[in-house]
Amino acid sequence: MNFFFYLAAAIALISTIMAISGRNAIHALLNLIISLLAVSVIFYLLDAPFIAALEVIIYAGAIMVLFIFVTMMLNIGTEKKIEKRWLNPRVWIVPSILAALLLVDFILIINGLQIPEPVDETLNTKQVGISLFSTYVLAVEIAGILLMAGVIGAYHLGSQKKKVTHRFLKK
Amino acid sequence: METCIALIPLIPLLGFLILAVAGGKFDRKTAGYIGAGSVGISLVLALIAGALFLRSLPGVSSYSVSLWEWISAGELRADMSFSLDSLSLVFCIVITFVGFLIHVYSIEFMSGDEGFSRFFAYMNLFVGSMLILVLADNILLLYFGWEGVGLCSYLLIGFWYKEPENGYAARKAFIVTRIGDTAMIIGIFILFVNFRTFHLDELMLQVNDKWSVGSPLAVITAALLLFGALGKSAQLPLQTWLPDAMAGPSPVSALIHAATMVTAGVYLIARCHVLFNLAPVVMTAIAIIGALTLLIAGFSALGQHDLKRILAYSTISQIGYMFLALGVGAWSAAIFHFMIHAFFKALLFLAGGVVILVLKEEHDIFRMGGMKKEMPLIFFTFLAGSASLSALPLVTAGFYSKDPILWYSFSSVTGNFWLWIAAFTGAFLTTLYTFRLVFVVFFGETKLKPSFQPGKLMTVPLAILAFFSIVAGFIELPESFGRFHLFSSLAENTLPAVTVRETGYPETLFQLLSALIVFAGIYLAYLAYYKKPSMSESFEHGRIHRFFESGFGFDRLYDVLLVNPLVWLSAINRNDIFDWLNIGLARLTVLGNRLFSLTQNGKLRWYVMSFTIGIVLILTYMILR
Amino acid sequence: MLTVPIETMLIFAGLLFLIGLVGLLTRRNLIFMLMSIEIMFNSAGLVFIIAGRHWKQADGQVMFIFILAVAAVEVAIGLALLLQVYHHYKTLDADSVGKLKDNNQ
Repeated sequence: MNFFFYLAAAIALISTIMAISGRNAIHALLNLIISLLAVSVIFYLLDAPFIAALEVIIYAGAIMVLFIFVTMMLNIGTEKKIEKRWLNPRVWIVPSILAALLLVDFILIINGLQIPEPVDETLNTKQVGISLFSTYVLAVEIAGILLMAGVIGAYHLGSQKKKVTHRFLKK
Repeated sequence: METCIALIPLIPLLGFLILAVAGGKFDRKTAGYIGAGSVGISLVLALIAGALFLRSLPGVSSYSVSLWEWISAGELRADMSFSLDSLSLVFCIVITFVGFLIHVYSIEFMSGDEGFSRFFAYMNLFVGSMLILVLADNILLLYFGWEGVGLCSYLLIGFWYKEPENGYAARKAFIVTRIGDTAMIIGIFILFVNFRTFHLDELMLQVNDKWSVGSPLAVITAALLLFGALGKSAQLPLQTWLPDAMAGPSPVSALIHAATMVTAGVYLIARCHVLFNLAPVVMTAIAIIGALTLLIAGFSALGQHDLKRILAYSTISQIGYMFLALGVGAWSAAIFHFMIHAFFKALLFLAGGVVILVLKEEHDIFRMGGMKKEMPLIFFTFLAGSASLSALPLVTAGFYSKDPILWYSFSSVTGNFWLWIAAFTGAFLTTLYTFRLVFVVFFGETKLKPSFQPGKLMTVPLAILAFFSIVAGFIELPESFGRFHLFSSLAENTLPAVTVRETGYPETLFQLLSALIVFAGIYLAYLAYYKKPSMSESFEHGRIHRFFESGFGFDRLYDVLLVNPLVWLSAINRNDIFDWLNIGLARLTVLGNRLFSLTQNGKLRWYVMSFTIGIVLILTYMILR
Repeated sequence: MLTVPIETMLIFAGLLFLIGLVGLLTRRNLIFMLMSIEIMFNSAGLVFIIAGRHWKQADGQVMFIFILAVAAVEVAIGLALLLQVYHHYKTLDADSVGKLKDNNQ
């Protein structure tokens, strides 16, 4: 079992790195999908099959497909030269150093944590569902309102009426 | 009665308000009627109040009316309240009466001026402030009116503000009187700190109770108040602003000199006579200052060529007489002279104004002449004023008001021979310069033709004033003939009577002497300026004349002593350290602004970068802690 | 049965987060920036799942579902904005839309 975790983790890391360093948007998105699928394997290994399914359906399915649609709509991919210029090594240095510093911080913090031993119980999706609609029912409502707002906002921003755009972007 | 008192100062202020707010909307006629009418109503009210007051004498010696609470903070309390006693009654009636005539005169005098309604607004404010000053029942309100008068004098002297010189004159008047005002407010503070009240009657009672004669605090306070009075009344050493104040229109000069402003100092001293009585040193100083001022101003008047400046110096000198009278304790004589002076000085200024106006702004008396033939009415009214000013015996009011001052300057307990000599010489000078003016302007050959004849609105006030300049004296006749004391019996309801010492000389002798000196003065003026002009030739172009003309060089002296050092001081302090402090602050702010705008550059990645750096710092800090 | 120590799993999640962060900091293309944000969201959700499993609590998975909802909304709005930016500026360069004001002003 542990082997599968390390394998999935390695696939996820490699494909994520390729996703953020790639020049072609479509290729990067496909890499990202692989990464998400690998993470969903890890979710499965972590006894969360329902979440693994959601990861595949919503992240890899819905959200990434949205990305791919937009990328195709805008016909990006002809800007490889520009991307190359934008991605010269100097740009990477400072963020990488910062990230390395943060990583050191993370490792130090995680090693410093005194995590108690795992509890010997079982957890299944039924409990998640009950928790979601009892303890967190208010949060669910709020998430619903947020999604509604997102729908309306996306509709408003995305509608291509003549000359009518969001006032922040109005020319 | 109470309503009357309250309305006396408020009506002119209302007039000011109407004219100031909506002055541009009225045509000239309406604005003039409002301006003159408000003072006219005030006059009627003052007369009604006076009549009621006289009827209630001797039972009630003062009325007061409180309108509203003006300032109230802890112990400090000053109300908007007025009180009327015989002293303020006299001032009120004179101010409104002379003020009204001047307003009527101004309707015609200013008819060609573009700032017509502005003029009347200022004049109304002037009269209103002066009435507040004399009616105030607490010293803070008095100071309020005092400053109001100062403000209006500034506005009116600089009325023709397009000429820079007028602006300078206005500023000079304001600054010089302000020096006195500062001393006066310090005096008021001392009074308040000691007695915890501003109310005048209460103050005077407490002063009398708690301070002994000649105590240092009393002397200092009296001296400070005196300094304030010197500034307003243009006495030595703060007299220099008055001759320059002639820059304003002639009715303004008349108002400043006759009815308001310069007499405020006299009023203040008379009002605070209890305090001044406790400071004999200051009283002596008042007498000496008065005597010196009347001499210096008399000599200076002799040296002037400008008609209005001659009259200005004569005002200074006449107020010097009033101060002399105050100084020797002849309170009611000073107030009586104030009243008579208001009549004849207003008359002289208004008549002089007519002459200047019809000769198209010609001020030099040696370019005038022969006005007697051209404008007989003006001549006779001017002559009446001049005679009254020179105190022509028996027939003029000036004689009845000035003669007691001469007499008391000798016979009062604090009077002496030298004060009398000064006053006596002053009387001679007065006659000399007055009739020099009369002979030069009205006799001789006509050098300039008047461009028009004055209308009724100008001549009627002149005639009324001339009438009063002659007959107003008969209400107070000296001891030697008549023993008629209408005025002083009224004034002595408020003011103490003069204490006379036994001199061994009869009053009649002094009256005879002053009569003689008047005639001598007239004769000398007749000789030197009419009969044999060659006599005055060498004087008019000599060095002494120049010295007199410059008003004894006080302006130059102050320039050297005060103005130039101050200008020098401010010049070297131009880039002072506090400026640098402020500029530095501004620069720092700009620098901070630049620095922080760098962070708001719209570059998303920059924002994320700063988040990340922040997170790194916080986490590292938490680990290392 | 998975016996990987929890520290290792957390560090793996941290690495994913940092990769997303580096991507956000280096890329100028708005599409890649949005993708990086998604990666970071995902790694945060991963931490919740790991912790939820450790204590056998349902709350971790509940939180992941909320993160999913927020991420969905964020992507929808972000992409809509991105479309508008592209329509106006004909570019997806994040640095060239940083004027913070209208062009007409």
